[in-house]
Parts: sequence; structure tokens; C-alpha cells
Amino acid sequence: MQLDAKNIGFRYGKSPWLFKGINFSMQPGEVVGLKGPSGTGKTTLCRILAGYEKPLEGKVTLGGKALPEIGYHPVQMVFQHPEKAVNPRWKMGKTLKEGGRPDDDLLARLGIQQEWLERLPNELSGGELQRFCVARALGPGTRFLIADEMTTMLDAITQAQIWHAVLHLAEKRKMGILVVSHDAKLMNRLCDRVIEL
Amino acid sequence: MNLSFKGKLSLNRRQRTILEIGAALGFIMAIIIGRFMLDEGSIGTNLSERNLPPSFEHFFGTDWLGRDMFARTIMGLSLSMGVGLAGAVSSAAIALVLGLAAATLGKTADTIISWLIDLFLSVPHLVTLILISFALGGGFKGIVFGIALTHWPSLARVIRAEVMQVRSADYVHISRKMGKPRTWIAIHHIIPHLIPQFLIGFLLMFPHAILHEAAVTFLGLGLSPHEPAIGIILSESMKYLSSGLWWLAFFPGLSLLLVVRSFDAVGERLRVLMDPART
Amino acid sequence: MPILEVENLSVTFRQYASGLKERNIRAISNLSVTLEQGEVLAVVGASGSGKSLLAHAILGILPANAETAGSIKYCGETLTAKRTQSLRGREIALVPQSVGYLDPLMRVGNQVRTAVRNGKPAEEQRKVFKRYKLKSVVEKLFPFELSGGMARRVLLSTAMVSGAKVIIADEPTPGLDPEALNEALLNLRELGDQGCAVMLITHDIDSALRIADKIAVFYAGTTVEIAPAKDFTGDGEHLRHPYSKALWGALPQNGFTPIPGSQPHSAALPPGCLFASRCEKATKECHQAQPDLRELRNGKVRCIHAT
Repeated sequence: MQLDAKNIGFRYGKSPWLFKGINFSMQPGEVVGLKGPSGTGKTTLCRILAGYEKPLEGKVTLGGKALPEIGYHPVQMVFQHPEKAVNPRWKMGKTLKEGGRPDDDLLARLGIQQEWLERLPNELSGGELQRFCVARALGPGTRFLIADEMTTMLDAITQAQIWHAVLHLAEKRKMGILVVSHDAKLMNRLCDRVIEL
Repeated sequence: MNLSFKGKLSLNRRQRTILEIGAALGFIMAIIIGRFMLDEGSIGTNLSERNLPPSFEHFFGTDWLGRDMFARTIMGLSLSMGVGLAGAVSSAAIALVLGLAAATLGKTADTIISWLIDLFLSVPHLVTLILISFALGGGFKGIVFGIALTHWPSLARVIRAEVMQVRSADYVHISRKMGKPRTWIAIHHIIPHLIPQFLIGFLLMFPHAILHEAAVTFLGLGLSPHEPAIGIILSESMKYLSSGLWWLAFFPGLSLLLVVRSFDAVGERLRVLMDPART
Repeated sequence: MPILEVENLSVTFRQYASGLKERNIRAISNLSVTLEQGEVLAVVGASGSGKSLLAHAILGILPANAETAGSIKYCGETLTAKRTQSLRGREIALVPQSVGYLDPLMRVGNQVRTAVRNGKPAEEQRKVFKRYKLKSVVEKLFPFELSGGMARRVLLSTAMVSGAKVIIADEPTPGLDPEALNEALLNLRELGDQGCAVMLITHDIDSALRIADKIAVFYAGTTVEIAPAKDFTGDGEHLRHPYSKALWGALPQNGFTPIPGSQPHSAALPPGCLFASRCEKATKECHQAQPDLRELRNGKVRCIHAT
């Protein structure tokens, strides 16, 4: 199933258009990079694709159909700061299960240890938390993953570890990935093609 | 109340806090239990024992009718606590409903409720309380309604802010995209976040309610003079202060202060315990 | 003589585990690092490796439940709590990550002026703004009106006019586009060239290498290697510690090779080498005692097998 963005336009309130007439499509299993200077609305575009914002113009479709408003969203997004993306009062095991039963093989590849499931978020480092956020976003219903500066805050080893796990799963499930990053070297390594905003 | 243990008894901060809460609760429980051990007979008049200073037989002395002041104080305090409890429970319920409504029912509801909150906060508690109580004809009903209608604004504001904050948290938005229904999010994300704030807000409202009940009753606008309320005891005792019967006002007043401070301490310490980051 | 000398620093936190029990968390253990004048030292490591805590310890802004052991010397003299306080902002300055550290209700020009130690405040502030290509209207702005790039230059200006000899920059780079990143790094290098000692704390080894003279690699709260920046080259054959090599090899432009496992948690540190559980070279001895930091080929390493 192909993900299409057709003629997307967005602005906040009465401020000038952040972008207008954005068109692109992604195939299943494809890894696409998105780059552009700060302030061009990359994060906003990601939020639109993942259903967090509604475009003011145009539409996003998956396999020709509009994305669902309720129920599991097939386009999942992982945020830059994992600390804000998990409930501080929940043990990590509960957070992990929020997106459905996680894949054991994926957990092992992400390096998530059994004993972390009993911990609260403030007892884990940013790199450890981000592994949970990635695992949660990769439920069985996920067709496309939007990685908005997903590993920007992480060290090189954790970054490589997470990406290897994600790429492996993407290949297995024919899942598409949109990578947003300022790191050109990372983009070169990961992406089949890069589009500029 | 600030109890601190030094020397051999080495406790960490959390253990000490729990001990302090236990001590305050024990004090409050003693008054409630004491109330049930007393009956009308314990405060009966005994004209042969009038105006006695404190002694082992009468811890707080006796009044001009020979009534035991210790028994009167305990009955007065427990009555005040009952009024405070009824008032604080209703007031907290109002705060919960209005706070949730402001946060979830859209902009108009929020504007109206926020305006009401500001209005109530801009007038001193006691003035509104006296007006409402007086309008309702005083007595038990008047004072409970008065407390219920005047103590909710600050807690309502806290609840409104907390709900708005957690509703806009990233993890709540993510939960929606994980396909979780709104009710599930309310039960699992929002309510657990709200409960501690609400309970502590309620506990801290309690001593206020007691104190204000006593104040209004003291001014003669609250409970009727036939009830052994602490405010009544204090206002009656004022007449006898100049004749040297200091114990009539001193012990009941001190006890009232201790009860209020105990509740305050329990609430405040629980808040620090549950939410150490926000001291 | 090094201007800043951290020797065997340990930082322990007391924390509530569950219920009433307390436990100790060893966030930094036996950490040693030195900083010379005119030098840019990059401190690199994963999140949770204790990099930011080191900065907080030097600036004396650790939270109240932290206990420290070991010593921090400034110009050869041990830093006491009182001395740290008088040096902070004068001799040792922090370049924080965001405008959150500025006073939101004060015009930025005035904020920079209050930091001036030598010369006329207004004059010094204008001079430094000119140097960082900040227009004169900027001094009348409030922090929320600044763009990201301007904000960073204002924060840097504050550190500059203080005349501090030691500048500590805590994660100044994440999320910057290439142009802004380049500018931020060059500004720090410039401070070093003017004779300041700069400590750049970052997880981004690639950026760090562009300006640093020396790299200190942190792992689980201690220094595993201190190496000249030029050793980070090729396949990492000049590096000393297996973790540094793994970090180098995991960069996207090198192998992008991950190693399994994760950094041990500071509440449950192993008795031996902290990296042993993930190390290919680990032997029985490695699991027994933590190796000391030793001199090796013009650098330092905490590994018994390093050659």
C-alpha cells in the first residue's frame, strides 16, 4: 500500500503558509529521507502524515483511502524527545504494551532488557527510553514509520543499534520509513532517496 | 506540627514524613474516639464545681456552670470537624465538576468558569461565607452550604490546569494514535494523574473549613448557641476572660489550633511525599 | 599546569527505590580529566554516562541529594563550595543548551551587560554583539523574540564578556541545521584560540572532532579513554579502548556497526571493568576489578588489554 501526500498546505492560525502544494508518495519497504533548513515545517509535515494535525489543504491517503481518525493509525511517528513521549507514572512494560503485544524478536534486537519493563521512565536514560518508543510505534498494524530526528539525541552506538533493528523489521514487513534528520551522513547510510522541503 | 527525631533514631526523610503523618492522624483520631466515649452527662452542669482551674480531675478546668471544659472541647472539636468534613467534601465535589468542565467542555465553558473562579478568589472567603450562611438562616445547613460554596475555587483551578496539561502531553496524543478510545485514556492516563492532586487539595481545604466554621460561629452567624461548637465555647468564654478565668478560652483555642495544624501537616506532607519535585 | 583538574571524582545520589527503602546511585565513579588553557576538550559519551553531571559538579550546581568524593582543582587550588560560588560566572562560565536559562523578562542586551566583569558594560556588550554579527536592535529584544541561532550567539556573548577562562558548553549542537551547527562549533573553537579552556560536552562525536584537540570518552560514569582528536581516524586503529573503537565504528560514515547490550545502570554497576559485559576482548580478570586509568601512547586508557 502506497502512502500519498497530495497538494498538502498548512499554516498555524493566521500566520503565513508554512508550506503549500506538497506532493510526494512512498512505496512499502522504501526508506526516504526528508531534509531542509530549520523552520521549513519538516516536523509539521511529519505530524500531518502521522495524523497529529489535519492539513488545511490537500489530503494524505494510504492505498488510495483516507487515513482513519480513530483506531490504530497505520502511519506511526517517533518523536525526538522520548522523555515527553512516555507517561511518567507508568512502568515501561505498560507503555510498551500500549501499541499491542510487542514482537519478542524486535525487543531483543533493540536491546530492551526484561528488567527494564519494571522500571519507571525516570530510572532509564534517554537512549533506553527511545528504544521503548520505537518498539511501541512498531506494532503489527504499522505500515509506515515517521522518524523525526529519532536518534538525534543518542550516541552513535545506540543510534546504530536502533536503526539496525528498525531496518531489519521494515524489510521483513515491507514497511516504509520516512527519515528526518540534519545528519547528511546518516541519511546517506539509511535512505534509498532523499527529498528536500 | 513539626516533630523531628535526632540521635539514635535514624530515619530517612520519607520514613520521618510517614511518622509525622501518623502522629497527626493519631491526634485527630483521639478526638473522634473521645467524642464517642462522652455523652450528654459528661458536660452536665454541676454547680458545686464552678469556675475551677485546670486540675487532674478536670484537665481543662470547669466553666461558670461547673461543666467540664475538656469534655466540652472534645465535643466542640468533633462537631467542628463534622461540619468541616461535610463542607470540604461538597466543596471538593464542586471543584472537581467545575475544574473538569472548564478543561474539557470547550472555550465558552472555560471562560465562564475561569471568570467565576477569579470572582470568588477576589473576595475574601470569610465575607462570602458570612453572607451565604446568613442568607440561608445560619445553623448547620447554612454553615455547610456556606463552606461548600466558598472553598472550591483554588482547587477547581488546580484541577483545570492539571487536566489541560496532561491532555496536551505528547504521550496522550500518542495513545490516541495507538487506537486507544477517549474513555480508556481518561481512565489510564488522566485520572491517575489527577487523583493525588485532588486528594491533597481536599485535605488542605479541610483545616480551612474548620477554622472558618469556628470563626463564623464565634461571630454568632453560624451554629446556634445550643450546640457545643468550638466557636460558641470561645465566644462565651470571652466574657469571662476579664474575671481571670483564662482556661475557658485558652485550652479550647489551643486545641482548635492543633487540630487545624494537624490536618494542614498531613496534607502538606502527603503532597511532598507524592510529588517531591514540586515542593 | 592544567587550568582545571578533576581527580577521582565520584558522585553518588541517594534515591528512594520502592516504598521506604533508599538506594545509592553511583552516577560518576573515579573520573579524572584535565583541561589546559587554549585547548578544546570534547567530553563524549552516551546519555546516562555522567557527562552533564561532570559540568554540574564543576559549576557546583549538583542537586542537594548528591554526595561527591575526589577533588576538582582550578589553577592548582582545590575548589571548595564557597570558592566555586565566587568563580561561577566570573572565571568558569556555562554556555547552556537553550534560552530557557535567560531571564525572560529582561532585554537581552541588559542581561549580557550584567555579566561584564572588565570595562564599561554597554561598550563591551556592543563589541561582543558586533563580533557575533548581532545587529544593534537585538539588544532591545526579549529572549522569546530571538531565533534559535541568535539565542545561541547571545548565550555565547554572555560567556564571552564574563572574561571567564574556562567555558563549559553543555550539548550546544543537537537539532541544528548544518549551517548553524558549523557556526556554533567555530565560535567555540575561536574561544579556545583566544586562550580560553573550552569543555564541549556532547554525544555527537562527529561534531566534536571538528574542533576538539582532545577527546575524553565517557562510559557509565567514568573516563574510559582520553585521546588526541587525531587518533579518531581510519578504522580506529589508533584508539586505545574497545568502547572508543566501537563508538567510532558505529558512526554512519564508518561501519554503522552496533554492538549488542547497553550501558550498565548506575544503581547496579558491575565490580569489574564497566564495559566488560559488552567487550569482545574481556577475560576473567576484567570482571574482577575496575582497571585504573593509565598512560598509553600520549593518551590515557582504562583497560588492561589496551596496547
